[in-house]
Amino acid sequence: MARYIGKRLIYMFITLALIATFTFFLMKILPGSPIASADKLSPEQRAVVEARYGLDQPLPVQYFDYMFGLLQGDLGISINQFKGADVTDVILSRMGPSAQIGFQGMLLGTVLGILFGMVAALRQNTWVDYGSTIVAIIGISIPSFVFASMLQYWLGLKWDLFPVALWKDGFMSSVLPSIALAMFPLATAARFIRTEMIEVLGSDYITLAKAKGASGSEIAFKHAFRNALIPLITVLGPMAVSILTGSLVVEQIFAIPGIGEQFVKSIMVSDFSIIMGTTIFFSVFLIVVILIVDILYGVIDPRIRLSGGKS
Amino acid sequence: MTQNYEKLPQDAFTRIPRDTQEAEKISKPSVSFWQDAWRSLKKNKGAIISLILFGLILIMSFVGPMISPYEPNDQTITHANLPPKVPVIENFGIMDGVGTLGGREVDMYELKNVDQNYWFGTDGLGRDMFSRVWKGTQVSLFIAFVAAAIDMLIGVIYGGISGYFGGRVDDVMQRIVEILTGIPNLVVVILFILIMDPGILAIIIALTITGWTGMSRVVRGQVLKYKSQEFVLAARTLGASDTRIIWKHLMPNVLGVIIINTMFTIPGAIFFEAFLSFIGLGLQAPDASLGTLINDGYKLIQYQPHILLFPAVVLSLIMIAFNLIGDGLRDALDPKMKD
Repeated sequence: MARYIGKRLIYMFITLALIATFTFFLMKILPGSPIASADKLSPEQRAVVEARYGLDQPLPVQYFDYMFGLLQGDLGISINQFKGADVTDVILSRMGPSAQIGFQGMLLGTVLGILFGMVAALRQNTWVDYGSTIVAIIGISIPSFVFASMLQYWLGLKWDLFPVALWKDGFMSSVLPSIALAMFPLATAARFIRTEMIEVLGSDYITLAKAKGASGSEIAFKHAFRNALIPLITVLGPMAVSILTGSLVVEQIFAIPGIGEQFVKSIMVSDFSIIMGTTIFFSVFLIVVILIVDILYGVIDPRIRLSGGKS
Repeated sequence: MTQNYEKLPQDAFTRIPRDTQEAEKISKPSVSFWQDAWRSLKKNKGAIISLILFGLILIMSFVGPMISPYEPNDQTITHANLPPKVPVIENFGIMDGVGTLGGREVDMYELKNVDQNYWFGTDGLGRDMFSRVWKGTQVSLFIAFVAAAIDMLIGVIYGGISGYFGGRVDDVMQRIVEILTGIPNLVVVILFILIMDPGILAIIIALTITGWTGMSRVVRGQVLKYKSQEFVLAARTLGASDTRIIWKHLMPNVLGVIIINTMFTIPGAIFFEAFLSFIGLGLQAPDASLGTLINDGYKLIQYQPHILLFPAVVLSLIMIAFNLIGDGLRDALDPKMKD
């Protein structure tokens, strides 16, 4: 186990270093100067500005400066969007709303999804089952931005149940974006739990539980559900990816001051250091989530033995 | 019962000698893997309906821009922001050209003195949404199919080589894949879009740059599984070359998984294209894909919801259809599910 975690950690660092290097050089070869209105400056002014951002150093020096900064959690300085602000501060200051809607969406989606999947498995081939399957297919198929704009139009504009956009009414503002983000986890969890439950319900120990006279609900919850739940951990990774991808558009649609909205904006105004910083932040987040999921899986389910090689 | 034997007319029965040849005969015509797969796919209603639905959308994506009397990029400013109007359906109170103006419902076609019908309405520049939606569908599908085909090609070759030759080659190749899969797809796609000129090519390259790893893993796994089986050993003993073993013996077995995987790559690619276009990294005007159309429509959602509605519906239908076809194919082709 320790060896496996160690190996995974090493891979994680290689991957991150690769991403950081890749983003760094990518930003260097991008056309255009990161300094706004660079051609209007006199050579002296230009030199001052470049020295301020460390752009006068030779490329390898800049690269190592950047990488050392990264190790200390320093993502550099924003160049044109938040003149001179620390990228790390910018990202941290915008984490709140993103984390809130992401967490709420994930929670809502998984809980509802588990419920749907369970009911579908227990009432297999009835209208309940078909209904939940249809919800799951729709949830997986309809892109979050289409769903988000539908929610905004109907629940926000037409029926006026929730704020249409912006982050002003506390929890109420977070309802629609959370629902929009919840769709994918909901659909994934529902499908997954249904398949798992049906498989578990057909296994010998369920027959044994029935034979010894356990009640229906006892079998469903105590025996089947618990075993069906464990493999759900494996899809937490893809779910996190979907929440993150979704947050880029959902935050944009609902005008939420989160990281996703920030990222899209920085692409528009080509603030390279913010793009780089956010890219690395996203990568770290996703890679760490997937690592935790893999390790958790081994810890929770002793039947899974993590080995070095992949099957 | 036994006593009545004598009463039976003896000549009514003749003895049929058992022919030794008979035992070797197969009673039912043998069903090939693909026929069998097609049979179980046919039983899957969702998959068949999706297949037909997707066929219709595909046909419309080519025929649609042609049967519409307007070009997708032609601007008629005086006809801007018209709601949809279809000759027969308008009598049922939907798609009748009525839109809201200043809070009141008015027939926009009468108001603007337009004689023609725009089946899906027009956008803010007076472009016909019907031809734009189908043209956009065409572009989106093209991107998705090309991206999926490239993914498949690279994935199959990479995975095939890695699995078939094994050993050190496999080790090195798998380490590379492990690192590549560690990089979040979203991040790579966005970065690549940034350095390239926006357009169809940029999107395709961005989608395929790491997209093939999934396919390569699946193919490698399958090749590893099959290459050590007896029929491959037999072929090798008989002197078959590597190429022959790969194409004649391994490929047919791996093909099912390749198809299933591709069927799930395509909706993924359609989604990513639409996603990129939505955040402004996709195609540039006047080119349109479903994603850019949804983006345009979203900006006018409050006043002209029809501009968002049609591309969103088509995109959603394509996604649903592909997921259902993929599910159906997986059930039909995956031998594991048949037990």
